[in-house]
Amino acid sequence: MPSIYQLKRVDFIFKDEKDWKEILKNSLNRPANELINELISSELKGRGGAGFPTGLKWKLTAEEEEHTKYVICNADEGEPGTFKDREILSKVPLKVLTSMAVCGHVIRSNMGYIYLRGEYFFLQPELKKSIKEFEDYCREINFDFSIRIFMGSGAYICGEETALFESMEGKRGEPRNKPPFPSTYGYMGKPTVINNVETLAHTYTIFEYGAKRFYDLGVQYSRGSKLFSVSGDTPKPGIYELELGMSLDDFVDEFGDGDTKAVQVGGASGFLVPRKRFGETAIGFQGKLTGISLPTGGSMMLFNSSRSMYNVLDNYLEFFREESCGQCTPCRVGCQQLLNGIKAVKRGEKNAQYLDKLLRLTETMQYTAKCGLGQSVANSFSSIVENFREEMIY
Amino acid sequence: MINLTINNKKLQVEEGTSIFEAAKQNNILIPHFCYMENVHQIGSCRICVVEVEGGKTLMASCVTPATEGMVVHTNSERVRDVRKVIFELMLSDHPKECLSCWRNQNCELQELGNLIQLHEFRYEGAKSKDVIDGSSPSIVRDSSKCILCRRCVTVCNEIQGVGLMNPHHRGFSTFIGPSEDELLGESVCTNCGQCVLVCPVGALKEKDSTAAVWEALYDKSKTVIVQTAPAVRAALGEIFLYEPGTLVTGKMAAALHQLGFNYVFDTNFAADLTIMEEGSEFLERVKNAFTAPDKKPVLPMITSCSPGWIKFMEHRYPDQLAHLSSCKSPHMMLGALTKSYFAEKMNIDPAKMFVVSVMPCTAKKFEITRPEMFNQNGLADVDAVITTRELGRMIKDAGIDFRSLEEGEFDSPLGLSTGAADIFGTTGGVMEAALRTVYELVTGRELPGVRLHIQPLTGLNRIKTASLKIENPLPEYSFLNGVTVRVAVTSGLKGAAELLEEIKNGTSPYHFIEIMGCPGGCISGGGQPRPVNDAIRTLRLKAIYREDEGKMVRKSHENEDVMLLYTDFLGAPLGHKSHELLHTVYTQRSKN
Repeated sequence: MPSIYQLKRVDFIFKDEKDWKEILKNSLNRPANELINELISSELKGRGGAGFPTGLKWKLTAEEEEHTKYVICNADEGEPGTFKDREILSKVPLKVLTSMAVCGHVIRSNMGYIYLRGEYFFLQPELKKSIKEFEDYCREINFDFSIRIFMGSGAYICGEETALFESMEGKRGEPRNKPPFPSTYGYMGKPTVINNVETLAHTYTIFEYGAKRFYDLGVQYSRGSKLFSVSGDTPKPGIYELELGMSLDDFVDEFGDGDTKAVQVGGASGFLVPRKRFGETAIGFQGKLTGISLPTGGSMMLFNSSRSMYNVLDNYLEFFREESCGQCTPCRVGCQQLLNGIKAVKRGEKNAQYLDKLLRLTETMQYTAKCGLGQSVANSFSSIVENFREEMIY
Repeated sequence: MINLTINNKKLQVEEGTSIFEAAKQNNILIPHFCYMENVHQIGSCRICVVEVEGGKTLMASCVTPATEGMVVHTNSERVRDVRKVIFELMLSDHPKECLSCWRNQNCELQELGNLIQLHEFRYEGAKSKDVIDGSSPSIVRDSSKCILCRRCVTVCNEIQGVGLMNPHHRGFSTFIGPSEDELLGESVCTNCGQCVLVCPVGALKEKDSTAAVWEALYDKSKTVIVQTAPAVRAALGEIFLYEPGTLVTGKMAAALHQLGFNYVFDTNFAADLTIMEEGSEFLERVKNAFTAPDKKPVLPMITSCSPGWIKFMEHRYPDQLAHLSSCKSPHMMLGALTKSYFAEKMNIDPAKMFVVSVMPCTAKKFEITRPEMFNQNGLADVDAVITTRELGRMIKDAGIDFRSLEEGEFDSPLGLSTGAADIFGTTGGVMEAALRTVYELVTGRELPGVRLHIQPLTGLNRIKTASLKIENPLPEYSFLNGVTVRVAVTSGLKGAAELLEEIKNGTSPYHFIEIMGCPGGCISGGGQPRPVNDAIRTLRLKAIYREDEGKMVRKSHENEDVMLLYTDFLGAPLGHKSHELLHTVYTQRSKN
């Protein structure tokens, strides 16, 4: 095994935030271009799961001429099996706030929002205190930036950035057509940077230690570290910061219970990797290493041999059928068809070949659904059905 | 200009053009479904997806702008493959009862099926709940047939500003309608029927009244009288495959006679009458404004011919109802006269009369149920309203070969009309007709303007305004000398709300406003043949003006039969009899 595959624990995100004032002040004193270049050279990619280069996102939004712009922190952490953002916001909220303000400096915006998942209502009081402390300091140093919390109402789809904007605008949470992208047409139709909580926390690290330190972690295409929410059949569930590029083999060595049958990488919208492919699977964004490489929002669910993969899939599809916004045909009708389809096969009402028709359906969803939700249903469906076909039938 | 390639064809289109439009401009047809040009482009059905080289997924061509160097395939293996699957998904949640559906052979889903050619059904998942809401006198909603294209949502919200039709719930449970327990008949629905007009399938339809009409026609004891609105003759032909904008007035009258109606009257007669009443009412208000302000005349006065608009006003601006003219809409006037004047004249028991109005409108179905529209003896002014589409169905059902009919004529005495009445069918028409009469009454001279038209008030713009300076009026109107009369015209309820906000804020500069509930006016009312788009609106509109210009008499006050009606029966405009038969009152309604 090449060394890049090794599992390396790091500790940046949850390292104390006591220097935030200094980091804020120093960053605000640097020109926008320099900060953007720093981010670009760090090769930080969005940690919500889609992996868009953060520096480029800031750059595109900074280039917009518009007078009003927004910085939004996406804290609608709804992917099943993910619970890292909650932890960041309770342990190191000032890192996130600092990065939002620096982003405001870079793109020339004085307004930030945190879109907080409905179920995280309990985080509000403490978070508000941090925001107050933060805003007080901004006033002290004469930097005009304020931050508001916007409470979500519990819809998974509102984690999709354009549905999130719609929700904030008081409309039904449904994805918009892209283009235009948020960098030109975001919240209230204004250029908007929307970053995941963890992404913002990483930019703090980069502003604190420089791009090089971050870049040196991880592997090509997948630089830096990442938080993983580890759950399922593991003796040590929890949140871990690990270098990107590790192999799933090493991951399971560390976190498995000795009987790991499969790992769901990236939550319900991610992929299920069966044991036989642990060795060839690396966790990162793109670019083939020696095997397959998976992007991830950081959800790692381990399943041991006591778990029925049919039940796992049934559970995911139930979730998607509920959470589809109901706008586009492939997702609205497709999710329900998939769920009913695997039930029919399980009950023997349809023969096993029906699974192939359902796979064809997921392919259509992947290519034609309007947003990432519908497009990604294919991920778990095909990886489970293809690897555990017999469990679907018998 | 943008250069792109579609299906190996190099094209040039203007910047901002969607892939769909770019293809269309170059005669490449992309199958599509929810798309409506310039109205509804949200990319929800996904039928129009195409392959763009370099893209991870396929793109909905209706919402994806063409960009420089783009290479598009609209017909690749993948595209055709997924299109079939999407269509199949749509059908999997649609009852396949085509033969008993009202939209059979006039259904966009069937048309799409013709293109896509699907011969097997692979996916048999769940079906949406079939809730049929028949509570409204105008519109029936059948959610089992809804394929969630959301055109009705766009029209109800963006065009009409009523905001009633919306998606509710999530995922497969999503349904379109008023909120969960709300019935259309008990809602703020204005019954305008614009949603019905754009529904591609049978999910939204007019409430059928043809059964009641057939029943009356077969009842030997009934005298069955029919009247037709101005806009019907400019669109009915489309049902019989005439080009849009073909006038079929004569054939229509002939068909109605053949269907067995005892008398065929023209609502246009009552349109002329409306001008006499409404024009007089306007002059009275204006006169009071200048000479007797203590009577607190309310200006601007707003027209009241469009029942969809009236209900919108009653819900949204219940405090402003005094701005509405008290005139009933023309067909209600004609109904009331039929059961009084005409009944008397012909010695027919009004209780044995059955009056049918053929209207371009679904809201008229609601209008006849209003308590004000029944006379002192409890008889309805009008007994049934059928839409242009329903008349088309009746003609077909009766086996009448419409295209080969000889030209027929309306019956007297409630059949004669002027060109002023014809233009009631289009936005701006009522205002122009009123001004032709009012201006002449005030000045003794003909309305200035090319061929009696007020150019700024014609066409399809949302809000149209004009002003007219009064000079050298007749002595009795001397107080108007030098006064500039300002008028505004709007069609579609969003424009109506804009003008009403001005009135509410006290900033409205107008004296007289014409409001029609449907964009374009009655020519594209909720009961007209589908499809309706701006091109078809324009053709129908031109037909209406052609009808006007072809008439010998083009001013309402020169309609001899109307004048005869006044001397014979009504007395004078705004007289006692008029008030009893031709005027009405309005109801304050709740805002939600």
